[in-house]
Amino acid sequence: MIAAMRVAGLLGLMLLSGESLADYQLNMVPGVTEFSQGAYEIHTMVMWICVVIGIVVFGAMIYSIINHRKSKGAVAADFHESTTLEIIWTIIPFVILIVMAIPATKVLLAMEDVSGTEMSVKVTGYQWKWHYDYNVGEKAEEISFFSNITTPDSLSIATSGNVVKGDNYLTDVDNRMIIPTDTKVRLLFTSNDVIHAWWLPQFGVKKDAIPGFINESWISVPEPGIYRGKCAELCGTNHGFMPIVVEALSKEDYAAWVDGQKSAAAEVAASASKTWSKADLMAKGEQVYATFCAGCHQANGEGLPNVFPGLKGSAVATGDISKHLDVVFNGVAGTAMQAFGGQLNDVDMAAVVTYERNAWGNDVGDMAQPSDVKAMR
Amino acid sequence: MSAVIEEHHDHHDHKPTGIGRWLFSTNHKDIGTMYLWFSFLMFFIGGTLALVIRAELFEPGLQFVEPEFFNQMTTLHGLIMVFGVIMPAFVGLANWMVPMMIGAPDMALPRMNNWSFWLLPGAFGILIASLIMSIMGMGSAPNFGWTFYAPLSTTYGPASTDYFIFSVHLMGISSIMGSINIIATIMNMRAPGMTYMKMPIFVWTWFITAYLLIAVMPVLAGAVTMMLTDRNFGTSFFNAAGGGDPVMFQHIFWFFGHPEVYIMILPSFGIISEIVPTFARKKIFGYSSMVYATASIAFLSFIVWAHHMFTTGMPVAGELFFMYATMLIAVPTGVKVFNWVSTMWKGSMTFETPMLFAIAFIFLFTIGGFTGLMLCITPADFQYHDTYFVVAHFHYVLVTGAAFGIMAGVYFWLPKWTGNMYDETLGKWHFWTSVISVNVLFFPMHFVGLAGMPRRIPDYSLQFAEFNAMASVGAFAFGFCQLIFLYNVIKTARGKTSVKATGQVWEGAHGLEWTLPSPAPFHSFTTPPQVK
Amino acid sequence: MSTSNHDEYYIPEPSKWPLVGTIALTTTVIGAVNTIHAGELSMILPVGLLLVAYLFFGWFSAVIDESMAGQYNAQVDRSFRIGMLWFIFSEVMFFAAFFGALFYARVFAMEWLGGASNNASTHEYLWPAFEAVWPVLTNPDNSLFVAPEEKMGAWGLPAWNTAVLLTSSVTVTIAHHALRAGHRKPLIIWLAATVALGVIFLILQVEEYAHAYSEMGLTLDSGIYGSTFFMLTGFHGFHVTMGTTMLLVMLIRSMKGHFTADKHFAFEAVAWYWHFVDVVWLGLFIFVYWL
Ligand code: HEA
Ligand code: HEA
Ligand code: HEC
Ligand code: CUA
Ligand SMILES: [Cu+2]
Repeated sequence: MIAAMRVAGLLGLMLLSGESLADYQLNMVPGVTEFSQGAYEIHTMVMWICVVIGIVVFGAMIYSIINHRKSKGAVAADFHESTTLEIIWTIIPFVILIVMAIPATKVLLAMEDVSGTEMSVKVTGYQWKWHYDYNVGEKAEEISFFSNITTPDSLSIATSGNVVKGDNYLTDVDNRMIIPTDTKVRLLFTSNDVIHAWWLPQFGVKKDAIPGFINESWISVPEPGIYRGKCAELCGTNHGFMPIVVEALSKEDYAAWVDGQKSAAAEVAASASKTWSKADLMAKGEQVYATFCAGCHQANGEGLPNVFPGLKGSAVATGDISKHLDVVFNGVAGTAMQAFGGQLNDVDMAAVVTYERNAWGNDVGDMAQPSDVKAMR
Repeated sequence: MSAVIEEHHDHHDHKPTGIGRWLFSTNHKDIGTMYLWFSFLMFFIGGTLALVIRAELFEPGLQFVEPEFFNQMTTLHGLIMVFGVIMPAFVGLANWMVPMMIGAPDMALPRMNNWSFWLLPGAFGILIASLIMSIMGMGSAPNFGWTFYAPLSTTYGPASTDYFIFSVHLMGISSIMGSINIIATIMNMRAPGMTYMKMPIFVWTWFITAYLLIAVMPVLAGAVTMMLTDRNFGTSFFNAAGGGDPVMFQHIFWFFGHPEVYIMILPSFGIISEIVPTFARKKIFGYSSMVYATASIAFLSFIVWAHHMFTTGMPVAGELFFMYATMLIAVPTGVKVFNWVSTMWKGSMTFETPMLFAIAFIFLFTIGGFTGLMLCITPADFQYHDTYFVVAHFHYVLVTGAAFGIMAGVYFWLPKWTGNMYDETLGKWHFWTSVISVNVLFFPMHFVGLAGMPRRIPDYSLQFAEFNAMASVGAFAFGFCQLIFLYNVIKTARGKTSVKATGQVWEGAHGLEWTLPSPAPFHSFTTPPQVK
Repeated sequence: MSTSNHDEYYIPEPSKWPLVGTIALTTTVIGAVNTIHAGELSMILPVGLLLVAYLFFGWFSAVIDESMAGQYNAQVDRSFRIGMLWFIFSEVMFFAAFFGALFYARVFAMEWLGGASNNASTHEYLWPAFEAVWPVLTNPDNSLFVAPEEKMGAWGLPAWNTAVLLTSSVTVTIAHHALRAGHRKPLIIWLAATVALGVIFLILQVEEYAHAYSEMGLTLDSGIYGSTFFMLTGFHGFHVTMGTTMLLVMLIRSMKGHFTADKHFAFEAVAWYWHFVDVVWLGLFIFVYWL
């Protein structure tokens, strides 16, 4: 209903002035990089050429419809062939196409030139989150992290209503990908499961992340800022909920961020060697569960019938704890259940397993410690 | 001659009766009718799924369906519309019209004709059963898009995928047999004097379409067969771990898929090429260039498939080749558009419903063609790909192209089929309400697409809200307008309209089919007419 | 009137076979999926297959009866020819899909996994140990797909099989000439020889498969080499089985004296089909076994 009123409002606005339409973006974004601007320019050019051709063709048709109608006493002429005309309207479009092809080729060649990059980030698609790995290429930094949507409640009808729908609705993540400005960053795309596509309109980059292969692209962002995009290839149930957020920092801020990441990693390593209390594990586990598991097994642990099994009362989650750890650590081959051993650190892994065993009335009572997980590695 | 026919039928009215008339039919008109009704039914089912999609997308947030079910809606909507609506409708029209247009008594292989048809209810029965199971909570229906990319459909596909695979096999067998039949009919059953270059354009477009079909449907069958073995027998065609490549699936799929989209438009080109001259009371402009243009489009359609795959990271030489080849298609398509306009030029036009739909087709298909041309510009496609801009493109060419062409054809030939004139007032209502609502439905999709809304998502960010709401309103309006069409067709078929159609039906009509009485006799031309 | 009116196109009476065909195929595929899913035979499958057998038997009998009754004139005959020709073309395209997969895997996918073209990183980060050599004897992930130990050689059994099939194409042609000359005895002898050669081919093929599975580790799930190998040779073998069966039917019909020197379309159709199967084999021999 509200939306309907908005539409009425919008239509009204359209009639009144072109100005206020600025809020409702109608066109491709020019973006901030060389590619995106190249794409924008060529889009604009081709679109206007089509509009002009359209005006000519439709104009002729409308003229004919108005004037050559029987009710106006028009009598049919009987020409029905003209080789000259046919040749003309074969050649003219052909020439127009060449005019379009030249700049298109130039822009494309520039985009595909990945030489001379200064640093690399490996981007891996997972159902349904992104993983960023800075530990590749010339300037390897021991940094890697997952990036999840911040509102897992958006994922189902029951809870969707709870989400506050602000400006960044469905486009906010917990961990942003951070890059320095004015640096030619090489991006390596791959996937852990199905095909995803990493799309950031402001950069003009859309590349498929394909399991078993690595695609490359590059960006060089002139301005610090936050840029938002989405997964663009259907990748299963929650394809609509795997946003991308990139934050470009000045070179100094970026260096500071790198240092911060390194000390944080050291802290995590330290916390893994202590013994955790059950309450702490449960609290931590709930968090981990919400970001990593709820997408499939649902926040209430009931799963989706016939698609994802429920964990509430499941044989694994209430049975032998080593089997439970094994399933989560190694995944179930050939199903959507991934091997989380490589994705979660010892603490998170122990916490989420503990959580699953004791939440939703499972109440098994036992718990896993980070050291148990460490032993599996 | 009719005596021969009589000998093989026990009845004197020539028509078998009862349910057997339909189940065991060997008559091109009855089979054509079944194809058309099947397509109509599927249109309502596929359309209803589209309305579920549009209802969910009316405003941001999840309202009616879970994301998993939404994906099933998208998938089945696409599959049903493509394989269950447009293709069967075209085959139905071919069944009805090709024998009449070339002066034949029936199709060349009448029993096979019936088999082609009856396989479809089998195939779609399987597919729709998986949807019903899903609604009843017993497993998931296909949920990987009508393009069923691996590995989403192989390793990660639901159990129903295997049923889906075989259902595609059945559809393939049906299409292949249907095309073989049309080819044999056209090559072998033309009346004396009906040379190839005298054939009506509709026959020509179907002739070429039939070749496209037998060239690509087997490839699709091969693709789903590899899916089947990857899923169940351990092969690794689409799995890099075993030396295969998921992108190989896309190449094979689009080698089928791109010609497939022309399969869904060429017969409509044919219909428009019959209607425009009739209502302009003027011969079609450039008959032979129309034929050559159709053939060129068909040829080019085999070498452009990877324009659907620009973002898969092909080597740049490949991207350039497929961009250039795709752009070329604008040339022969342009020839067709210009020829239609020239046919109207200095004609003596009237605007009955078929002509209205034909004119709308020329306008709106061309718009869809323009966006197609934009899409094939590789660097720009990186921004368009998998957004609603693509959705807008293909609905313009498919709904206001293919489907409007079919509607135009139905209005054009309905009097010939039934012997009754359809209700012109209702026809005009149907046209005007449809043409307005369809633009409210699909035009805003260009904007949300350019602004960055990906396709195949059940929920979206706020900046897309207004245009989505508008599209949803248009969708329901357009859907309900089709009930006028349904009503008009039923009314005409049951003879409830006051006006009986003459043999010629339209003042400007030319061609063999109009020399037959309306309704056309059960066996079209029992004695072959002489064509000068 | 009588069937002497040969100028009229024969439109068959309403027939139940198309409907039987639909029920047969639908039942078969449902049975097949249920069998795959359950991992054991679902009874729906044999029922479907029986229906398919009934369909072929019934439909072809009906056509043979009509043909024997002289209801098909030259134009009908031409329709059948066109139909068969384009059916074979559709089969060619079916094989083209698998040959396409083979070429793509060899020329593109394998090279890319080995780092060619724009895939240097693919090799460096994902499959550093993988070497792009055909046939692939070490898969990118050899723990998931265990590669075969060796390549299937071309010059042993497959070469014999090539000889067998080529000979069978000759024998069927000789039989055809005999038929056209109206000599029944040589027709039957040469046709029988063709059937025998078809059967020999199939036996050798089974031999080869057994060897591949038991000695070489070359299986359907041994990576892309095994996948393409078995898919192509398997579907070819299936077509040979069909062809041999059809030849057998032709043999029986020849013995019954169904064909005349100038009316024997069924025979010709089967011969075309057999040549097609032969040509596909040549493609297989060259691209799957030899190169
Ligand atoms: C009937 C079906 C149909 C038809 C006819 C077309 C016609 C065309 N299509 Fe379209 N297309 C689809 C159905 C169709 N398409 C579908 C279903 C998809 C999506 C599939 C999916 O992913 O689900 C798709 C997607 C699609 C893509 C992929 C987009 C992406 O996913 O990123 C591309 C890219 O090149 C494309 C291009 C074209 C072109 C160039 C034409 C041309 O044939 C158009 C030619 C016509 C004209 C250009 C207008 C008339 C010409 C003139 C008036 C002459 C003068 C003009 C100029 C010189 C400009 N189409
Ligand atoms: C020829 C083909 C065709 C046709 C005719 C249509 C018709 C319509 N389509 Fe389309 N569509 C596709 C082919 C087609 N579509 C394809 C191939 C896809 C891609 C799928 C994929 O991504 O895999 C697609 C995807 C697609 C999407 C994108 C989904 C997504 O990305 O998630 C949307 C969204 O709005 C949409 C909407 C519509 C609408 C509103 C119509 C309307 O025109 C429909 C009109 C409605 C009716 C005709 C309904 C009539 C019913 C009633 C009035 C109710 C009465 C009810 C009963 C009697 C039961 N379609
Ligand atoms: C992409 C979807 C997905 C995600 C994300 C996911 N799972 Fe699973 N999970 C599955 C599927 C599918 C299965 C069923 C596997 C099978 O068929 O045996 C499963 C099975 C399980 C089981 C075994 C349940 C049983 O009774 O058999 C456990 C335990 C489990 N998952 C825990 C987790 C944990 C912990 C996480 C997060 C860290 C998680 N899963 C994330 C899809 C997922
Ligand atoms: Cu990931 Cu869509
Ligand atoms: Cu295409």
